[in-house]
Amino acid sequence: MRYLPLSNADRSEMLQVVGAGSIDDLFVDVPEAARLNGKIEGLPDHASELDVERQLGALARSNMVAGDVPFFLGCGAYRHHIPASVDHLIQRGEFLTSYTPYQPEIAQGTLQALFEFQTQVARLYGCEVANASMYDGSTACWEAIVMARRITRRGKAILSSGLHPHYASVAKTMARFTGDVLSYEAPTLSAATDIDALDVDGDTSCVVVQYPDILGRIADLGGLAAKCQAAGALLIAVVTEPVALGAIKSPGEMGADIVVGEGQSIGVGLNFGGPYVGLFATREKYVRQMPGRLAGETVDAEGKRGFVLTLSTREQHIRREKATSNICTNSGLCALAFTIHMTLLGEKGLRALAELNHAKAVAAAERLARVPGVSLINDTFFNEFTLLLPKEARPAVRAMAEHGVLGGVSLGRLYPDEAELANGLVVAVTETASDDDIEALAKALEGVLA
Amino acid sequence: MSMNREGRPTRPEGAETSRETWTGNRGLMLEEPLLFEIGDATTTGVDFENAGGGTSRLGGLERNRPIGLAGLTEPETVRHYTRLSRQNYAIDLGLFPLGSCTMKHNPRLNEKVARMPGFADIHPLQPADTVQGAYELIHRLAEWLIALTGMHSVAMSPKAGAHGELCGLLAIRSALEARGDAREVILVPESAHGTNPATAAFAGYRVENIPATTAGRVDLDALTSRLGPDVAGVMITNPNTCGLFEPEMIAISKAVHEAGGLVYCDGANFNAIVGRVRPGDLGIDAMHINLHKTFSTPHGGGGPGAGPVVFSEALTPFAPIPFVEKQGKEFVLVEEETAGEHHGRSFGRMTAFHGQMGMFTRALSYILSHGADGLRQVAEDAVLNANYVLRSLEDVLDAPFGASGPCMHEALFSDKGFAGGLSTIDLAKGLIDEGYHPMTMYFPLVVHGAMLVEPTETESKAALDQFIGALRSVAERARAGDETLKAAPVFAPRRRLDETLAARKPILVYKEPEAAQAAE
Repeated sequence: MRYLPLSNADRSEMLQVVGAGSIDDLFVDVPEAARLNGKIEGLPDHASELDVERQLGALARSNMVAGDVPFFLGCGAYRHHIPASVDHLIQRGEFLTSYTPYQPEIAQGTLQALFEFQTQVARLYGCEVANASMYDGSTACWEAIVMARRITRRGKAILSSGLHPHYASVAKTMARFTGDVLSYEAPTLSAATDIDALDVDGDTSCVVVQYPDILGRIADLGGLAAKCQAAGALLIAVVTEPVALGAIKSPGEMGADIVVGEGQSIGVGLNFGGPYVGLFATREKYVRQMPGRLAGETVDAEGKRGFVLTLSTREQHIRREKATSNICTNSGLCALAFTIHMTLLGEKGLRALAELNHAKAVAAAERLARVPGVSLINDTFFNEFTLLLPKEARPAVRAMAEHGVLGGVSLGRLYPDEAELANGLVVAVTETASDDDIEALAKALEGVLA
Repeated sequence: MSMNREGRPTRPEGAETSRETWTGNRGLMLEEPLLFEIGDATTTGVDFENAGGGTSRLGGLERNRPIGLAGLTEPETVRHYTRLSRQNYAIDLGLFPLGSCTMKHNPRLNEKVARMPGFADIHPLQPADTVQGAYELIHRLAEWLIALTGMHSVAMSPKAGAHGELCGLLAIRSALEARGDAREVILVPESAHGTNPATAAFAGYRVENIPATTAGRVDLDALTSRLGPDVAGVMITNPNTCGLFEPEMIAISKAVHEAGGLVYCDGANFNAIVGRVRPGDLGIDAMHINLHKTFSTPHGGGGPGAGPVVFSEALTPFAPIPFVEKQGKEFVLVEEETAGEHHGRSFGRMTAFHGQMGMFTRALSYILSHGADGLRQVAEDAVLNANYVLRSLEDVLDAPFGASGPCMHEALFSDKGFAGGLSTIDLAKGLIDEGYHPMTMYFPLVVHGAMLVEPTETESKAALDQFIGALRSVAERARAGDETLKAAPVFAPRRRLDETLAARKPILVYKEPEAAQAAE
């Protein structure tokens, strides 16, 4: 077996040192009834690298690859071009095969990169501090709600209807067990969001708003932030498309207290839903209520600058049942990919990328709105918008896929119980969509609607 | 000075080893500034086509202030992060004996497979017909995990071990609530990982500790006497965090079930028993599997992981959505929409999409490479390597449970016998100077100055012998009271770092010197 270095001679010699007659003697503590005396039946034996590659390659080839077709899916996961050097750098063994930096003297690479990550995220979100990552946007969103409960000592969270339904679903699952009260309704197909109509009262711990929202709409959060502040509630902004923040104001700038989101767009790739990277930022005064790891600056015994994991008295390995969260492993390597891609972009590149996304999306929206029977719901959008089709969008998406066009996410897929949303189609247009792709989508849509 | 025949000096004499250099670098050990000290707002490493000046649909919310990001060109970026990478220890560089973390070799085939466009470049919301191969991959991995654990079903969506623990506890709570029997307490052994009590609290339970016996096992009498109508269940790590198998596991499960509770097993240490013991045969109801431990997906400096949870028949109806199901020849994703029909008791969704696909591809690649025979060998070699370390060092390091028999996949030592003033951290930092990452320190909490050594099965005998020699040497220095250990490490990129300062005056983001000064 190519991954196991011990030879049979080694094994015999080592058993002697250990004082065991056979390997079975080392498993004496296992109760007789639970011992397997041979291989588990029905499972194949080991396979060569070539064979494994063939088997899995066959599975991979049976999927329709986003990069091979005109592709317009978003709704929480976006296809962007990732520079080749990102994947090369994260595959350096010193990053890929290292552990959580518990021994900082020999983990400065990871720690300094995390410090850079935290700085990038905080600045992108317009917040004072950010942590070293969460699993993904949806779990970061729930953790933010829990944090708001801890800070305000109130248990009612108001979720805007523009929040990604999966994020709302995660929060609903958790709230059932923790006793938090949530208010949430599915969105309506209109140009205006519900955020100015949200009713914030003295029992409200937080209001959760997605920016841009699930239908792609962008709303000024300033008024809501003031309303939350007056009521003693926290404003949580959720960003599923970080590239948008290269073009529009940050939630922190508009007064959000906690900003969380998905970082997948930068550096990570689609990966069929995971692993992704949750981003989490807030005000400095709340830092001790934050979940997750934090890298912090310090000095070594010679006075040289260095970095360590810090404020760990918030965390499970120290505080156990009193910890701010149970999170341990986070999304370290995806955070590194985010940081490297963001470094390549820089301020200038991120702004150019955002501008390009917006320009393509505007062009696509104008073209698609000319398809007979189709109208554009949004007044505002960044790189994602919602179309109203003259018939159900879900079968239309499937029919377009049969013609080799991945034309968007139907609201029927996201909201199967909401009949009024069934004709909605969310279309995301990034820099990866060419003019030909946009034309192919328009033609495919015309075809399936005809 | 010794010279060769050409008159070239071959051996330095009187070399000043501690001389400061102009750059601060020491040969291949290179200092690297922060990104924000070398990059700026006008530099970029990515070229884009011109967007053209179209209309804006941003609703007047255009960003009109600088973001504060710094950019580098590609060569500068590659150099910056390559230099940083060299300040890390990694499995690729040497044995990484971090107990309970299972730092084994990460096969590169797995990286190649995960990057196949058919897995890496597909969207989670693509129509089912276009991702049948991806669903099948998830389904095949699920079948392997069920077979290897002897359990009834598996939830694939949890994102890491702690998320898996949460998944298991939510299923337990749902099952109890479904029978109208809400209970409030979860029992956790005092040797448990911190995630166990934290998860129980996160799921809305009160946590009570169960003591350990002097042999490092769960105290069965203390456990059974605490069981009662308020106890929802127990969370047991098996093999446990002392590196020992819980021989009474079947009795523990039986007692908990008789008292109306359910059994959660922390599967962090599954590597010790894969292919030799099926947790299903021990009477447990739920267990998470860290794909980044047993199934070799890379730890990546702290993640991502993946924490699928296997369930008993009793808990299966409550498993989270979404999951992949085979219906005839077709694979379908059961989500909110269809769950109602035949999975109406699911406790709901835990994460936006279907789980850590990139980890699933790597784990299945690892599993197929090893097969049933190789996986059994994995457990055997992992346990043999740990016992070899234990017995080779117990004359210089106190092994608190060494007398009670063999260990499983990790060897536990204490600081007993160290000279006054020296403790576990000094030995650990001394090991850094010998070129090793230290073992897990001060965990589990039930042993004073604990040192938990997990070599894993991917170490050769020669690698183990060298590590044992190094650890023996440092242990002897600790016993002899060698005070120089307190200054270790001296050969690492940094000397000991001031963690107290970091926590007292937290600096968590970079501030430009002017801004930092203004904040003082």
